[in-house]
Amino acid sequence: MKEWSTALPTLVTFAPLLGILALLLLPNQRVVVHRLVAWVSSVLTLALAVCLYAHFDPAASGMQMAVSVPWFTISMPQFQLEWVFHYAMGVDGLSMPLVLLTAVVTVLAVAASRYVRKRLRTYYMLLLLLQTGMLGVFLANNYFLFFVFFEVTLVSLFFLVGLWGYLGREKAANHFLLYNGLGSGFLLISMVGAMVLGRSLQYDEVAKKIEYMLNAPEVHPVLETLSWVTLISLLIAFAIKLPVFPFHSWMLRVHVEAPIPAVMIHSGVLLKMGAYGMIRFGLGWFPDQMREVAGWLAVLGLVNILYGAVLAFVQKELKRVLAYSSVSHMGIILFGLASLNGTGLQGAVFQAVSHGLISALLFFLVGSLYERTRTTELDELGGLAKAMPVFSGILMVAAMALLGLPGLSGFISEFLAFLGLFETRPVLTSVGALGLVLAAAYTLRALLKTTFGPLKARLVAEGDLVPGETVPMLSLTALIVLIGVWPAVLGDPMQETLKVIVSKIGG
Amino acid sequence: MEQTLISMDWQAMAPEWTVAAGAALLLLLDLLAKRSVSRAWIGALALLTVFVSGGFLLAQAGEPATQILEGSYRADSFALAFKALMLTGTALVILLSFVMGKEELENREGEYWYLLLFALLGGMMMASSTDLVTLFVGLELLSISSYILVGVRRKHPASTEAAWKYVVLGGVGSAFTLYGMSFLYGISGSTDLFTIQQMVPEALYNGSEGLVWLSLALMIVGFGFKISSVPFHMWTPDVYQGAATPVTVFLAVVSKAAAFALIIRVLLIGYLQLWMIREAFETVNWMLMILAAASMLVGSAAALRQTDAKRLLAYSSIAQAGFLLVPLVSVKQGIGTTLLPSLFFYLAVYVLMTAGAFAVTERVTAEAETGDIRAFAGLGRRRPWLAFIMSVLLLSLAGLPPAAGFLGKFYLMTGVIFAGEYWLAVVMVAATVASYYYYFAFIRQMYFRSSGPEEIKERRAWPAVVVGGICAIGVLILGLWPDLLLEPMNVIDWVQAITPVSSSVMEP
Repeated sequence: MKEWSTALPTLVTFAPLLGILALLLLPNQRVVVHRLVAWVSSVLTLALAVCLYAHFDPAASGMQMAVSVPWFTISMPQFQLEWVFHYAMGVDGLSMPLVLLTAVVTVLAVAASRYVRKRLRTYYMLLLLLQTGMLGVFLANNYFLFFVFFEVTLVSLFFLVGLWGYLGREKAANHFLLYNGLGSGFLLISMVGAMVLGRSLQYDEVAKKIEYMLNAPEVHPVLETLSWVTLISLLIAFAIKLPVFPFHSWMLRVHVEAPIPAVMIHSGVLLKMGAYGMIRFGLGWFPDQMREVAGWLAVLGLVNILYGAVLAFVQKELKRVLAYSSVSHMGIILFGLASLNGTGLQGAVFQAVSHGLISALLFFLVGSLYERTRTTELDELGGLAKAMPVFSGILMVAAMALLGLPGLSGFISEFLAFLGLFETRPVLTSVGALGLVLAAAYTLRALLKTTFGPLKARLVAEGDLVPGETVPMLSLTALIVLIGVWPAVLGDPMQETLKVIVSKIGG
Repeated sequence: MEQTLISMDWQAMAPEWTVAAGAALLLLLDLLAKRSVSRAWIGALALLTVFVSGGFLLAQAGEPATQILEGSYRADSFALAFKALMLTGTALVILLSFVMGKEELENREGEYWYLLLFALLGGMMMASSTDLVTLFVGLELLSISSYILVGVRRKHPASTEAAWKYVVLGGVGSAFTLYGMSFLYGISGSTDLFTIQQMVPEALYNGSEGLVWLSLALMIVGFGFKISSVPFHMWTPDVYQGAATPVTVFLAVVSKAAAFALIIRVLLIGYLQLWMIREAFETVNWMLMILAAASMLVGSAAALRQTDAKRLLAYSSIAQAGFLLVPLVSVKQGIGTTLLPSLFFYLAVYVLMTAGAFAVTERVTAEAETGDIRAFAGLGRRRPWLAFIMSVLLLSLAGLPPAAGFLGKFYLMTGVIFAGEYWLAVVMVAATVASYYYYFAFIRQMYFRSSGPEEIKERRAWPAVVVGGICAIGVLILGLWPDLLLEPMNVIDWVQAITPVSSSVMEP
């Protein structure tokens, strides 16, 4: 491993800040320049992320390219403690796929920003800030740092929703802020708990300390309580983010009201931070206790799958269909988590990435549709296959991926997640599989309502997609197919990391 | 050894002397100068005084603790840290006052400036005293000057009313404090806090236990008024709203810092033994916990409903007082002093956040000529930088990283969890989540609403921008490089605050 590569995680994370700086310093008020800067910045970040992937050693299990420098010290003399906080970054098999996902989805979101027309300089600055936050969340190797980046995403998305969203934007932004603020509160509790338990906030040190402490012959009851408090509050925090029923209402609003690029990022990446947190901190730190709550996670997953799917079926508006389908698909992630075995976990991470790509693509399509027709009501759409063949073609592929057609990324992830849980909870899993049928039903319903049937008169004049839209969409489609036919490209890097986690659970 | 006034180490008081001399000089100048002469330069002199005093203060850094006046007045690192905070706060207030202009002060600028310095002097005395008498003198000097400052805008009915409320309720607070002090004197026969420290356990065991608790309860009521903690907070919104903004900043920042210095001195020196005895500790702890929790919850809940910008900030400062009380709770039995780093860090950040937020508010509400929070509507477009500064300050107040307010709250919370008071941590989180809503009320106005069609009156803005900017930059820098403050704080020997200076220093 070359020495300079330890700088890579930091470079990737802060690369978008260069774009922000450029936007800030450029005196030019011409929109073209702002768009160009955002493009260059996001593509550069993607290139760096790919570089990170190229340097990634799939055979190693721990954090790679890790860097850790003391940041600041707080002292608690009344407890004879001195804490050195570290600026610690690194990448492992769990974060690698999500970093790539973030970089890809951001480029796509910049492409979809063509639909945004007001206050572009500020808009792009916030978008890039959001990207820094997301990358930091996945690349941080220290819980404190994780929290800081986590909150950066919260604040930047709040502004993106509230300023550039649709009619109900302000309400959606408030809703988002309150729910996620509550989540941050729980996250804060869990952070302090982890700090007390682990005497550190470095991921592996906390894991080691907790394992050592909870496996001691006599566990102090206070420690046991504290470890439960920590685990439960971090599960709640990430359940809000994921979102798990009944914490999902904010997410529906954001899906419907936020500007399209923000929804792509939100649905594509931000929801996955919940899954990431549950695996990283829940399974990584409290493997034994997670075994005890796994049953509940599976039940919640089932609720999410069925509830989301049924409600997706009755929605009359395209974005709401997709929002509820996201709820349903996050249930599959919970299934994968609850399985506590390698297959299921792999399924969960696969699902995180795959759903990220698919939903980004779908919302991009919805954005392009809205741009032309000014409506996303299913009743007002129809027959688009004739007027917009390219659009309809891509939409069909995306829909097939969403309902899990073999050969596309959605299939692999759902298959793995269900297979994983089937080993331990066959009945529950079988009921959950009903969700797949429902997924086919709501997806096809939405697809048919938009593309088939007679062409609505007012849609006749609409032009098809332009190259600025098709090129990014097709590259995304290519990625979805790539993962579908060659899952190893995603599976290999995460193998070793997940193995370590699974070995600790003993599953 | 016998000390004479001459042989005393007067240098220990150099910062206070400077402020006192400066105030006296300004007073004379104001009296002698012709009415037609502008008073603006008096403000410049006041700022100079604060800087010179700060210089003397810096020169004391690292020196061993000294005490004078029969041990009733001491210059130790604790006093030094708090005085530095108060001087910073006053400097910000003075900078901000430059914007107030003639019409606001009704040509009474002269007395405004020297009263400000006298109030500061009172605060500095409170930080240094370890004797009930000097403490009370400092407290009253601060209080009385503040009463007048609040009412300095005579033609504003709101200001007059606020001054009235403040005088009456502040007087009640002082009375409670004094009453409590008298019992303490009765128990110990001394006004010296270190003597009292030794007499308190004796009183606890020889049947005067009730008097100890009575004195403590009375003093906590008095202090509660001064830091505006619930349930002694009623005056705060009215007074903060009615006073001229720089005065509000002074009350919220300098006065509060001084009150905390006072609380720490009295509680941790005088009543130290209560922390040592288990049963007594439980009682003190519960008193403080309830005070802290009630302030956080009531302050936050009331802030949610405010539509007036200054009132909102006033209620938020009540909630912040609750946060500031938290470290006193997390003091574990026996080791009284060492909570101070987290309290001091949060207080320092609080000074910056609050001063900055009020500064921007003053500017915006003056422009729009309304105190309503809707004055902020469209600020993001109208004055992007001012809106950005305000956003940073609000994010810090709400406790969001990377602003320093987050680290401050985190620091406090760690202490609470370590002390095992989980429920208080939950209250902190609840208050913080509620605070997101009301602090973001400003942000919603600034960015999500557009200002009405009416023309906004342009006013002189630079002091608000300078003060707000300094505070916002400070908050960001402390958030990203907290070691800049934490490191010097770690060097400070906080235990000095409650240990008597060894007699060898007293030798001539």
